[in-house]
Order: sequence, then C-alpha cells, then structure tokens
Amino acid sequence: MSATESNGGRCVVIGASHAGVNFAFALRKEGWEGEIQLFDADPMRPYHRPPLSKAYLAGTDKIEKNLLKAEESYEREKIDLHLGIKVAAIKPGERTIQLDDGRRVAYDKLVLATGARPLLPPIVGIEACSRVSVLRTASDVEHIRNKVKEQVSSRVVIIGGGYIGLETASSLSKMGASVVVLEREERILARVTAPFMSDYFQRLHAAHGVSVLTSKNVVSIGSSRECGIVICDDGSQYPAELVIVGVGIQVNQELAEQAGLIVENGIRVDGRAQTSDPAIYAIGDCTNHFNLHYQRFVRLESVQNAVDQAKVAAAAIAGKQPVYDALPWFWSDQFDTKLQIAGLSAGYNRILTRIEHAHCFSVWYFKDDTLLAVDAVNHAKSYVVGTKLLKDKQKVDVARLTDRNIDLKVANLILE
Amino acid sequence: MAQITFVTSDNDSITLEGTSGSVMSLAVGHGVKGIDGDCGGVCSCATCHVFVAPGDLEKTGPASEIETDMLELDDNANEFSRLCCQIEISDAIDGIVLTVAK
Repeated sequence: MSATESNGGRCVVIGASHAGVNFAFALRKEGWEGEIQLFDADPMRPYHRPPLSKAYLAGTDKIEKNLLKAEESYEREKIDLHLGIKVAAIKPGERTIQLDDGRRVAYDKLVLATGARPLLPPIVGIEACSRVSVLRTASDVEHIRNKVKEQVSSRVVIIGGGYIGLETASSLSKMGASVVVLEREERILARVTAPFMSDYFQRLHAAHGVSVLTSKNVVSIGSSRECGIVICDDGSQYPAELVIVGVGIQVNQELAEQAGLIVENGIRVDGRAQTSDPAIYAIGDCTNHFNLHYQRFVRLESVQNAVDQAKVAAAAIAGKQPVYDALPWFWSDQFDTKLQIAGLSAGYNRILTRIEHAHCFSVWYFKDDTLLAVDAVNHAKSYVVGTKLLKDKQKVDVARLTDRNIDLKVANLILE
Repeated sequence: MAQITFVTSDNDSITLEGTSGSVMSLAVGHGVKGIDGDCGGVCSCATCHVFVAPGDLEKTGPASEIETDMLELDDNANEFSRLCCQIEISDAIDGIVLTVAK
C-alpha cells in the first residue's frame, strides 16, 4: 500500500460511542488526510457511557457535562458527525453503506463500532409492561431519573445482579428509592468474580438498605394501575413503580452478518482489528478478537477495549502494522466502594485473598501458578501491582503475596 | 475563575480559563493533546497525568493516596505528578502551569 493510498480517501465509521469516536480522533492523529464520516443512531453528542449507571444517574449533571469530546474538537479535526441516523445495510461489493432514508455513502475503509444493546430475556409481559426500562443510553437514564424523582420513595426492582444492576441499585438507593435486586444465580456477580467478592458486595448493598435477593428466577411481569409486579418462579412477587432489566447485552452484529462478515459471538477481528473483509475493520464491544495475553478468543465489554482497539484500527488503516496486545481492565463504583479489575479471571482454579482491612482488599485469580486477574477493592495499589505482574507475565510468590507484613511491590512478589 | 496553562509534548503552550469542574474536563473540552480522560474522571485509568510546575504544587496540593498508587502505572511519575481529573478548578489554582506527561 502506498503512502497516499493509506492516508486518503473516505473512512466511514458506524457507531459514535467510545470506540468510534476515539478511532476517528486516532485516525487523524495517524495522519489520515481524507474524510472521516461518523454515523450513529443516537441523536445525542457522543458521551461517556460508564458514568450512566454510576455518578451520572445519581447526580444532576446534564449530558453536556459528560461528553467524550468537545463539540469544536470534531470541527477542528474535520470529523463529520452524523447523529440520529441509522445505517440500514452494508454493501461490501460496491463499498457503500445504505442509510435508513435510502441514501448511500461510499467508503474506502469502513469501521464498525456498533456496540451492543441490552438483552431482554424471555419473561412473560416484559415487552407489554410500560414500567420496564433498560439502561444503556443517556435517554434511558433521563427516563429512569425522572421516574424516580417524580415519586417520593419509589420502589424499583432491578432484574440482574451483575455490574450494571448493582451500580444502578447503588445510584438509585442514593437517590432515595427503595431498591430490590433479583438475581437468578445463587450469588451476585457469579459469572465474573469469586464467591468472596460476591459476599462482599452482597453485604455492602445490604448495609445501604438495598435488598439483594439471589436464586430469584423472574418468570413474568404484570401490572396493576399503580405499579408493575415482578413475579418469580418460587411464587414471590415484588411490586415496583419501575423495573430495570440488566441481565447482559446482545451484540449489534446484524449489519456485519448481512454483509457476510465472519461473526461468532461478535464480529471476528484479527490483531489489527480487521474483519474478514480487508476494507472493513471492527472495534469495541461488538468484536470478538484473539487475545494474545490469554491465547483465546475474547469478547469484551469495556472502555479499555474500545479505546485500545480504536488506536490499533487507526494505525492499521494508516498503513502501520500494529498488534492488539492490551491487558483488559475494568472498574465499578458502588456506594463509596471502588472496584478495579486487571485481567480476565475466567478459567481460574485457585484464589488468594490479601486483606488490608475490612473494606480494603484484593482477590488474586490463578490458573495453577499463572496469575490471571486481580480484583482490587478500595486498593489501587493491588490493581497497579497486579497490572504490572500480568503485563510482564511474572510468576508470583504467593506466600509473600498473602503476607500482609510484606509491602505490596512488584519487586517483593516476583518468584525468583 | 482560574487560568491554567498546559504545556504539551510538542511544547505547545495552551492557557485555558475555567470556573468549575475538573482540570481534566477543561483540558479534554479544549482538546489538549495527551490528556485523554478515558474513564470520564473517576481516577480509574491514569490517562490524564500531568506534572505540576514545582512552584505551583502548593496551590494544587499533592496527589491523594489512590492517585499516587494509580500514578505508579507510569514509570515516569514523580513527586510533581497528578492525575488532573482529581484537581478541582477554583480561584485557588489560578495561574498554575501543568506539563502533560504523554
């Protein structure tokens, strides 16, 4: 590819959230001189999504305080934002996308940053009940905020005890709502953390008056004139003015499927974020990539993955040979507790816990003697040390790790 | 009201005026190069690292414990390092000069 070919033409991006927006700015930074056209069905200026279930929900800020980039930045970098516009189809043969209104836009490079949408599980009455809401967009949050504010002591039922559900529970309880979380598994956060962590968060919520109930399989949602009624298969019923569903996401992969790209639990991309069509790249929550660190295919829902894959795609399109090898990281804020996660714990067979004090500890996940991940609760130091050990694939001296008398430093923990 | 000067890795000097919010938000709002603020300002990503001019450290104060820990992700961090999402804009910090780490 010659320098001119890799720096010009028209790059079209579908999706203007963390991945799409960061990609657009990164591509400019890489020296792309051609057009950058960014499309999103959401009419709002691109905003930070993680705070939506956290500080933003419980606060009073307008979305303008929460924008990813300032409005004038798009003009300065000559990035054309087309908001409130849905893309109907991709025609890879003719290298065009078709918009909902029938217009066609040609591309030289296409980037899919289509993200995901909340999953609505097959619960009887879920679609019919007007009190049911999800939490993914700024307008979802606006709706939830207004509903909770318009009624003194609203009752909220949250279906799903994952991070979104628990963060939302924390924010709404801060706002004065009476919150019940219904989790289908025997413990909250069952798929993503160790039992020790589940217990901690269960107790944290209980201490703040949130009722977190496990082994609660919701089968139907009915409604009376005053409220919705959430019904579980054990016969228990929970009345609520507002029902929020947070049971996971569904990847927005239909455009890619229809375009004939390889899609398998997300849009399949290589280490350069390229799809099975060389002119089409995909980044962020919608992708499934081969993770070098964990040596398996991984689909991630995170800011880290969105931002890092955006940079890789930009470099690749600019003609470089980048390799996506970032270590996944995540965070969650609930009440005054900060959880920071480095790495992916899936596949662990051994857990070590290092307790600094009651509300300050870390859980270290191993497969045999290989460190996989660290959950750090109110202890950034564990997160940072864990990150460094993971990045360098260091063998960890577990006896020293769990000895509180030994300072938590990388140098102290490396197995000689 | 505070005037804050950012010096980027290209040696560009940008002076901005703010009244409230975090220094990170001000910088991102004006596209200051090298300040990303990926996590939106909750001390979770360490992508808003700045060096406070030595004489201005009195105005900003030193990094908090969590900030100091997070700064260790960057090998270049030193005693003048701050994550600027944790610096609130107020009259007290008027005139400070921050060198962007990245």
